[in-house]
Amino acid sequence: MLNSMNSNNHYDAIVIGAGPAGLTAGIYLSRARLRTLIINEGTVGGQMVLTHEIANYPGVESISGYQLSNIMKKQAKTFGCDIKSNISIQNIELEGELKRVTLQDGIIYTANSIILTPGGRSRTLNVPGEGKFKGKGISYCATCDGDFFTDKEIVVVGGGNSALEEAVSLTKYASKVTIVHQFDHFQAFEHAIEEARNHPKINFIMEATLSAFRGNENLESVDIKNIKSGEISTFKTDGVFIFIGYIPNTEFLKGKVELNQWGEIVVKADMSTKLEGVYAAGDSTAKRFRQVTTAVGDGTVAALAASNYLHEMKSKLKNLIPA
Amino acid sequence: MLYTNLKHIETAADHAKVISENENVMVICGRMGPMCIPVYGIAEEIEEEYKHVKFFDMEFDNPQSHVIRNIPEVKGFMGIPFTIYYKNGKVVKATSSIQTRAQVTAILDKEFAAPVNA
Repeated sequence: MLNSMNSNNHYDAIVIGAGPAGLTAGIYLSRARLRTLIINEGTVGGQMVLTHEIANYPGVESISGYQLSNIMKKQAKTFGCDIKSNISIQNIELEGELKRVTLQDGIIYTANSIILTPGGRSRTLNVPGEGKFKGKGISYCATCDGDFFTDKEIVVVGGGNSALEEAVSLTKYASKVTIVHQFDHFQAFEHAIEEARNHPKINFIMEATLSAFRGNENLESVDIKNIKSGEISTFKTDGVFIFIGYIPNTEFLKGKVELNQWGEIVVKADMSTKLEGVYAAGDSTAKRFRQVTTAVGDGTVAALAASNYLHEMKSKLKNLIPA
Repeated sequence: MLYTNLKHIETAADHAKVISENENVMVICGRMGPMCIPVYGIAEEIEEEYKHVKFFDMEFDNPQSHVIRNIPEVKGFMGIPFTIYYKNGKVVKATSSIQTRAQVTAILDKEFAAPVNA
C-alpha cells in the first residue's frame, strides 16, 4: 500500500468520466491543490460535446458543446489536473481507504477518493447486422445523415420524444417514414405524438421490434418481429434511424456500488455513496433532471465533499504521527 | 465551419497539396454533429502519439469536399464522417460514421506502421 501511495500513479482523487460533472470535479479538486486524475473512456466532454448549441448555460449567451468542453478541459489542466481519455477501465476497487483503478493497458492508479461521473450513452438495439450497416444504412443522428436518405423509404425505431420529433424532421428528406415501436402507445409528449400521427409521410408498426438487419454492401431490409405473435416478417427499407433512449455507463460498477433498477448510481445530497470516499455526479446518478448545469452543480458538490473527506483523512493521519 | 483543434482543409487544392506532401494522412470529412465530434476528438488526442501521421478535417458541406465525397471508396457510405486514410497520396482505407479510438488506431497501426526509431 505504501509503495502504491508513494508512486506517481497515486492521486488524492480519481474522477471517472470527463463530461461536465467530471471536468467540474477535476477543476475544483485541482484548484484545491489535490492531486487529481480524470480517466475517461470516450471523448472529453461526454454528451455535452455532442450538443450543437448550448444557450441556457448561465453567463454564456450561446456556445457549442464542443467549445464549452474544450474550455472546461483547459481549465482543469491549467489547475494541474491530469486527464487520460479514450481508455477503458478493466477493474475498479472502491472499498477500503485505498481505491484502485486498473486500465485496459494494465496500468494501475490508486487514490484515496473516487468520484464516479461516467455519464450515459445512446442505447443500441444490439441485434445482428447493426455493426455491419452502421453508416451504410443505419444511423443514430437525423441531423447528421438525413440528407443521405432523400427520396428513400426509411424506418425510425423508438417511441419517445426524440424518435417522434426526428421522424417528423426526416420527412424533409425521406419519401416515407415507418415508425417501429415496441409498445402499443408512445412515451412522447402529446404534441409530438399528434404531429407524427397527422403527418402524411409517417406510418406506424406498433408492438414490434427489429430483430435483424440484412443486405450486402448496404442495408436492404430489416426483420420485424411482432411482439404479441412472435411472427417475423421482412421489411424492405433503405435506412433505419434508432432513437431508443439513453443508458447510464455503469456496467463496470455492478456489484461495486449501489445502483437502482435502471443502473443509475444512488447518491445522498452531498453526492456520497454508501462507500467511504466514493462519490458520484452527473447523468449516471439517480435523479430527475439531466442538464449541463445540473451536472456541473453535482460535480461541484461531489468535489467539495471529497475535498472535505480527504482533508479529514489527512488530519487523522497527521494526528497519528507522534511529535 | 468546423471549430475543432485539427488543421482544416478548405479547398480541393489544399487537399491535393496535403496528400501529395505527406506520406501518411488522415482526413475526417464531417460536420459538428454527434457522429463526427468523437472522431475529431480521437484524432486530436492521438496526434501527439502518431507523429508520423498528419491529421486534418474538412467540412462536409463545403462544395470543395467533392474531392472526398466523390471518390469510389465512399460509394455507398450513408453516414458521416467520411474518414479517409491516404498513403503517398493514395486512398488505403475509408470508413463511414462514428468510430472508436480502437478502430481508428487499428487502421493507423495497420496502414501507417511507425518508422523504426520514430
